[in-house]
Amino acid sequence: MERTGYVVLFTLGMTVLVALLLSALFYGTKEQAAINEDVFNKRAILGAISDHIDTNVKSMSDADVLGIFNDQIEQVVLDMDGAVVDGVKAEKIDMAKEKKKPEATRKLPLYVYNKADGEKFYIVSVRGSGLWDEIWGNIAIGSDFSTVAGASFDHKGETPGLGAEIKDNPVFSRNFKGTKIYDDAGNYTSVRVRKGGAKDKMHEVDGISGATVTADGVAEMLYRGIKYYQPYFEKLKSGKGKPIGMLVE
Amino acid sequence: MAEATTAAKSAAAKSEPFFGKKEKVLITDPLYENNPITVQVLGICSALAVTSLIYPSLVISVAVVFVCGFSSLITSLLRTRIPKSIRMIVQLVIIATLVTAVELSLKYFSYPVYKDLSVYIGLIITNCIVMGRLEAFAMANKPWRSFLDGIGNGLGYGAILLMVAFFREFFGKGSLFAGSPAEMKIIGSNPDYFINTMAESGIGSMFSWYSNNNLMVLPAAAMFLIGIFIWIQRSRTPKLVDVS
Repeated sequence: MERTGYVVLFTLGMTVLVALLLSALFYGTKEQAAINEDVFNKRAILGAISDHIDTNVKSMSDADVLGIFNDQIEQVVLDMDGAVVDGVKAEKIDMAKEKKKPEATRKLPLYVYNKADGEKFYIVSVRGSGLWDEIWGNIAIGSDFSTVAGASFDHKGETPGLGAEIKDNPVFSRNFKGTKIYDDAGNYTSVRVRKGGAKDKMHEVDGISGATVTADGVAEMLYRGIKYYQPYFEKLKSGKGKPIGMLVE
Repeated sequence: MAEATTAAKSAAAKSEPFFGKKEKVLITDPLYENNPITVQVLGICSALAVTSLIYPSLVISVAVVFVCGFSSLITSLLRTRIPKSIRMIVQLVIIATLVTAVELSLKYFSYPVYKDLSVYIGLIITNCIVMGRLEAFAMANKPWRSFLDGIGNGLGYGAILLMVAFFREFFGKGSLFAGSPAEMKIIGSNPDYFINTMAESGIGSMFSWYSNNNLMVLPAAAMFLIGIFIWIQRSRTPKLVDVS
């Protein structure tokens, strides 16, 4: 048996060495890791309007993602009453943190994509609960404030092959394209996820077999999440809102 | 005293070849006859969890080869200095350091893969294969041989992982290497796939004559596949049957 002094010294030496090594590595990679995370999140947002971007969003370069964000996306932050919060960029809003706040004090990120032909798309961020953990998504809404132009979803820990299909199966998000969040009478309905297949293709999408709870979570998240943006959309529709171009410096 | 004997041993080692027959066995043995998964039945948990796609399995395999090889090397270099009473903790610190290094570099080089694998990368620390080799081999053998043993076991683990992942991804998703730049979409019900299984019936409605096997995507499929691999291996090599 070694002397206690040696064991303590060995432990101390090892701990200090390992700590130094890892912190050096951490600080060395920190900056690039932050950039990577930023690009990853922005790519997910662009995923919602992938049909309106010429290059493939999944395989386009990091520089292209940031380029589109700089040139064609305006970032707006809203409060729950639909008023614009000045001085904050939408990308700084952490949806996970917002979800923990009381509803009335939450802030909402909104990304407005200006397509080259002048068409505008409003990309809203929603977050809810799946079967095991949180799920979230970005929904692009056309300039009539009703037609969904695309959607992208992600999750923390849904079951692969079942709930995880909301992200892995492109058909699920593709089905949202062309649905409407208002019915013909102008009432807010959001988009429902129908078990056994969509009956009303304008307001429903096909569910995923074996993933009823996740699909219900998606439907609930969409209903609640898109509704948060309605006060602001109402303002824009009635022409009372400031034109988007003036919102961001 | 202990140092004197190691010095004598390393003097004797100089006459041994750098990569002779004994060294070769260290690499080849874990690939088949002493495979960590199918023969030693270690590291099963991660083999079930990460093998639904080939690309993540490949990343995990490379990470395990790296961690296994270098933790064996470091442990072996320190083996006479490590206090016996705390050797397990020391081994764990070495493994954890390397795994954290892998995690940070993944975050640096390929963030999407890091996002997909972050939980599993951390779990390499608890992979029985790594610690098992440190305890069983690296603590008692010279650095170069320990390093080869670590690499060999990592490769043996990776080989099984990739075989399982190949079957699971192909039959579960109809693709190969999904998520990587070399993605191949082979069979599926939309035009993105090489074999499009949607046959048009003429009136606009479409039916697919092929459907992916969803069981393959679930971890249970890996259990069946590994079981089948063990079966095939033992019927080909009967001497393995009584080993465990």
